[in-house]
Amino acid sequence: MAVVRAKVREIFMPALSSTMTEGKIVSWTAAEGDRVAKGDPVVVVESDKADMDVETFHDGIVAAVLVPAGGTAPVGAPIALLAESEEEVTLARDRAQALSQGQSQEPPSPHVDAAAPVPAPQPPGPVGAPATKGVATPYAKKLAKEHRVDIAGVVGTGPHGRVTAADIETAAGIKPKPKVVPPPPPAAVGPAPPVAAGAVLPPLPGGRVVPFTTMQAAVSRNMVDSLSVPTFRVGYSMITDKLDALYEKVKSKGVTKTVLLVKAAAMALTQHPVVNASCRDGKSFSYNSNINIGVAVAIEGGLLTPVLEDVDKLDIYLLARKWRVLLKKARTKQLQPNEYNSGTFTLSNLGMFGVDKFDAILPAGQGAIMAVGASRPTVVADKDGFFSIKSEMLVNVTADHRIIYGADLAAFLQTFAKIVEDPESLTL
Amino acid sequence: MSLSAPSAAAAAAVASGAASSRPNAIRPAAGLRFCGLRREALGLRSSPQAVAARRSVAAAATAGNGAAGSGGFDYDLVIIGAGVGGHGAALHAVEKGLKTAIIEGDVVGGTCVNRGCVPSKALLAVSGRMRELQDEHHMKSLGLQVSLPGYDRQAVADHANNLASKIRSNLTNSMKALGVDILTGIGTIVGKQKVRYGKVGFPDNEITARNIIIATGSIPFVPKGIEIDGKTVFTSDHALKLESVPDWIAIVGSGYIGLEFSDVYTALGSEVTFVEALDQLMPGFDPEIGKLAQRILINPRKIDYHTGVFASKITPAKDGKPVLIELIDAKTKEHKETLEVDAALIATGRAPFTKGLGLENINVVTQRGFVPVDDRMQVMDADGNVVPNLYCIGDANGKLMLAHAASAQGISVVEQISGRDNILNHLSIPAACFTHPEISMVGLTEPQAREKADKEGFEVSVVKTSFKANTKALAENEGDGLAKMIYRPDTGEILGVHILGLHAADLIHEASNAIALGTRVQDIKFAVHAHPTLSEVLDELFKAAKVKAAGVSHSVNEPVAA
Repeated sequence: MAVVRAKVREIFMPALSSTMTEGKIVSWTAAEGDRVAKGDPVVVVESDKADMDVETFHDGIVAAVLVPAGGTAPVGAPIALLAESEEEVTLARDRAQALSQGQSQEPPSPHVDAAAPVPAPQPPGPVGAPATKGVATPYAKKLAKEHRVDIAGVVGTGPHGRVTAADIETAAGIKPKPKVVPPPPPAAVGPAPPVAAGAVLPPLPGGRVVPFTTMQAAVSRNMVDSLSVPTFRVGYSMITDKLDALYEKVKSKGVTKTVLLVKAAAMALTQHPVVNASCRDGKSFSYNSNINIGVAVAIEGGLLTPVLEDVDKLDIYLLARKWRVLLKKARTKQLQPNEYNSGTFTLSNLGMFGVDKFDAILPAGQGAIMAVGASRPTVVADKDGFFSIKSEMLVNVTADHRIIYGADLAAFLQTFAKIVEDPESLTL
Repeated sequence: MSLSAPSAAAAAAVASGAASSRPNAIRPAAGLRFCGLRREALGLRSSPQAVAARRSVAAAATAGNGAAGSGGFDYDLVIIGAGVGGHGAALHAVEKGLKTAIIEGDVVGGTCVNRGCVPSKALLAVSGRMRELQDEHHMKSLGLQVSLPGYDRQAVADHANNLASKIRSNLTNSMKALGVDILTGIGTIVGKQKVRYGKVGFPDNEITARNIIIATGSIPFVPKGIEIDGKTVFTSDHALKLESVPDWIAIVGSGYIGLEFSDVYTALGSEVTFVEALDQLMPGFDPEIGKLAQRILINPRKIDYHTGVFASKITPAKDGKPVLIELIDAKTKEHKETLEVDAALIATGRAPFTKGLGLENINVVTQRGFVPVDDRMQVMDADGNVVPNLYCIGDANGKLMLAHAASAQGISVVEQISGRDNILNHLSIPAACFTHPEISMVGLTEPQAREKADKEGFEVSVVKTSFKANTKALAENEGDGLAKMIYRPDTGEILGVHILGLHAADLIHEASNAIALGTRVQDIKFAVHAHPTLSEVLDELFKAAKVKAAGVSHSVNEPVAA
């Protein structure tokens, strides 16, 4: 009968099948302090088919539970310590402390044995009753066991002086689950809803923190980088009636407003090449031989600028076709780097939202970006003093003043406006 | 549907000939039972043809037998007690053409409708939903958000009360519509084939009956030392009215009634302490099921328990003091501790209600209140002889204290009275406990089966399956559960089936039908079950069973209940 060497034995996670690598503990059948005999079930472990009762191979007292119910452990890892007799229980406890890596904040429970009832500090009332165990609610007792709180030392604040779950939680230093649950925010992980106008407020209580995706991090980086570039802005208004009419004519062929504007910008850029240049090293103009215009596109969770290359050389129908392909790729996140990195000029259009005017932030490596607002019917007066209602569109260009000067930009805009107001040349 | 087609009427269902005039219509056959209540009880009207046919059969019978009952009796059959047992017997009697009267001293429907099955299931429906909605983890795993589920105690109580009233009036109307005389008063047997009844303070009436059925049921048993005040210390009768939801309630007795109430109370926010006299909680269940039930229904809930103790004295709460329960060791009788709780529910079983029946007038002596009967529900007198023309069904005889057992016994008796011998096979009667998840069983438990096997010299095999393997259960995220079947590997006879899991109470009937008809495992193995349904749990059991007598398969077997 006497097994000498190991006074404190480990109960370890069994392998319930040949392929099992870790197991989840459903519940502990034997609790700390229980005496068990060889063959008694001590814990229930979940396998993929059913929950299995695991028995102990030795007699003893369950001294410490290392992995609580609901926890997982790898096969072979110790999940509890079995002490051979009462004296070894404290030994086992110490070992358990050593094994667990800085766990929770349980107050160390000084005594274990169920044998010694400690007289309760406050008499609960009825005559002749031993008083301790009888006056804690079932849930309080469960929590006390789980968090190793000695009930006898807890002051009961429930009706008739009983110890309630809340009392145990206070004694153990656990914050109870808040009963009032504020309307839970939808589980944010995964496809985030389109970030509208990014709130840049410091985190408020009750708010939630969602880390940047890679794309969002890139956008943020670029925007911060642009702060080092000296920029200025010039606005221009132009009448778009003729452009609208042209659009009506060509839209059946798949040409969008965006494409028309892009073509117009490209044609203006051919006459003002400095606006198509950039300042890469801070001390020289880098003129680009191609006119590649990127268009800002809002996609779910981010912002992309697919680039239409050689816009000046292609007609609007071809551009429209290419644009459609690029747009689809952008939305399905299949753009190749050369399809979004090769821009020399960028167009950003918020007109579809009804925005009248705005200014855009200059993207890294470019000289200028054009922000386009909506065409709105506006009362205009001509030089003769006659009023009429025309569709007016406001355009604002942000440019790098290291290479593009005020006059350059203004001239560019003047050309652009002329093309827009007399757009027949776009179809050439 | 199982492969074995019933060749003869089983104990439970009889389809009346006239009612099957429209074979393609999917309607419940007129003889089907539902919790012992016929379809009329649910307000479903029988088709005019069926009612007319029944009436004409009844008329023909009475015309053939003489005006008011045959041989000069007032009635062919008088039933004392209009509970589930009495009601079931009455309807079947009318179908057989017997002139029937039923005597009721309290409310029609008896315990089941007013203080039992009906209101308790209403409360359990509420508690089941409450529990589900409050289980954040469960909801989250399904992707649902539920904020702050709550309940209105009065509305919940009203749901139960209204349901009871509705079923009660349906029952009454169904009997009236069929021409059963409902006599109000306490019934007493004054002599052979003679019954007296009357309300307190009113003159008595005496009637004669060719046959008498005692169906007076039972009342909650309250052990001595327990003081009931109906508010803080009460029985299931009071609890079902749900006049309050205590913070902490002690439930004395951990059988199915106590267990169901613990489900209701914990779902509504109370904490529960069980007080059980035996060493094991839930002593009536198969031990393996009991162990799993403890793990699912008790351990994770705010419930603790004391076993091996009696509540020797319970004092209701008064003067600001809580309810005091003194616990003594069941064996040594020494004081163990005193519980201080907000309320106590006494669920220590039910005692037969047989006082005042006048049994001494016919030399019948009750045993602990139960009326002694034989296999045919015939009453036995003090000398061990059958008392002719006197039967006792339901809780009053104590054979199997379940509502559907009472009505099955009633039908069995009416069959005998109508000239066809009938012995009810009690082992084919299923039982269910409507906790969440449910528990159900039919036949023997494993220890009982092994004991019988040792005595009679045959082998016993057991197959088990977990609900974790069932697609539907997993889809619902309710994979906790176990089903087991105990059977004879030599003959394929099914000895017992036990289920703990979602909808266990509905699933058991495949097994209870099989046992009732004597279907063997090998006959039922290839029956197809729809996928994905919970019934596949039973399919797993049947398919996993290995029977040595395989190869010889009959699709029709002699029914066990003749």
